[in-house]
Amino acid sequence: MAKIEWMLNGTPISSDIDLSMRLLDYLRDHQHLKGPKEGCGEGECGACAVLIDHQIANSCLVPMANVAGHEVVTIEGFAKTKRYQIIAQAFIDCGAVQCGFCTPGMIIATESLLHHQPQPTISEIKVALSGNLCRCTGYNMIIEAITLAAKRGRGEW
Amino acid sequence: MVEARIPHSLQEALILMSQATYTIVNGATDLLVQKRSWSGTIPKFSQPPLYIRGLKELDYICERSGMLEIGATTSLETILHHPKTPKILQHIILTMASPAIRHQATLSGNIQNASPAGDSLVGLYLLDASIVLHNRHHERVISIQDFIVDVRKTMREADELITKVVLPIDKFSQCAYTKVGPRKTDAIAKVAFGGLIDIENDRIRDIRIAFGAVYKTVLRSRKIEESLMGKDRSAVPEMKHVLLEGYASLIQPIDDQRSNRWYRKTTALNLLEAFLDSISR
Repeated sequence: MAKIEWMLNGTPISSDIDLSMRLLDYLRDHQHLKGPKEGCGEGECGACAVLIDHQIANSCLVPMANVAGHEVVTIEGFAKTKRYQIIAQAFIDCGAVQCGFCTPGMIIATESLLHHQPQPTISEIKVALSGNLCRCTGYNMIIEAITLAAKRGRGEW
Repeated sequence: MVEARIPHSLQEALILMSQATYTIVNGATDLLVQKRSWSGTIPKFSQPPLYIRGLKELDYICERSGMLEIGATTSLETILHHPKTPKILQHIILTMASPAIRHQATLSGNIQNASPAGDSLVGLYLLDASIVLHNRHHERVISIQDFIVDVRKTMREADELITKVVLPIDKFSQCAYTKVGPRKTDAIAKVAFGGLIDIENDRIRDIRIAFGAVYKTVLRSRKIEESLMGKDRSAVPEMKHVLLEGYASLIQPIDDQRSNRWYRKTTALNLLEAFLDSISR
């Protein structure tokens, strides 16, 4: 056990914690933030994605030691922003959500992409989604949704 | 009992490592897969982990004396976007992992894992990378080929830390890299092939060929490469048969859950043949 200082969804946190605990377990079991999901547990599906310092990361592969001094934002924290509203509405309008299990990770991947590249090409969108699996949509509708979000949200990123 | 630690400086890390044996954890993207158990349980390490990912003094990439120096905690994403990163390494990083992994993972972590299928290793062997290690008292520099001695075995002593990787600045006119796997990123290679070539006035000044996942370490033969040095590119087609036979005798893949010996060897040689054909075109 050791104490680490970090930020979670805009709030400073001081955690006395096992440094090897996975961030995903901490979020779900200690903070009851159920947006990040455990899909594969091996960094292959992206269902557990969160933002660390504005960059997408798989929380199943991040030990708590590695969040010390960093800012983590989950889908619950990101949902309070206008950018989330734009992305979520675009996902709804394009039919990019079916079972919904991958959706928090997809939205986090979208935010991570648009934060660094506000007007991405289709090819850049595909690369940005390369770590996120969806078994329902066939991806086309998700790619359309991200294109639409970038268009509607011009100036937000 | 020794506990998991987060050192706040390189010096503190080296002092801790001189006092006890730790498992060095950097980006953790491989180690947490290896050490995980059921969800909600703490990953188990046989030795206490030393979490070095936060060491800011090792988070850099810069050109120095004509070489590219990459600190041990620099993310793959940072390396990918640096203007001096060799093209072969950029190709490898793009197919190695998704952005979510690239933001956390490091080159030094991939090196220390020393997997025969370690994606970055193909590029580092081709580039003749050097590994810089520090312990509390000394620094030593080892070539990547000497550093990795067997499957998951390296020359690193328990009190040593990889502090940086040093690469030459890219001088090759052509590079090729193909990773064969079930998915474009986030997959362990069944076979990987990389080739570098420097041609001037149709003459081969330098050529390097490496295979991943077909031997206990990355496979590279300087003897075969030397047979091509100085040759005109038009001579490659008539040498092709001998070159393919030469590598066929060296490639020794295994059967495992990802692929089998026959597929790996056949694919590796097909990729080599395509590369050789591209030289004479």
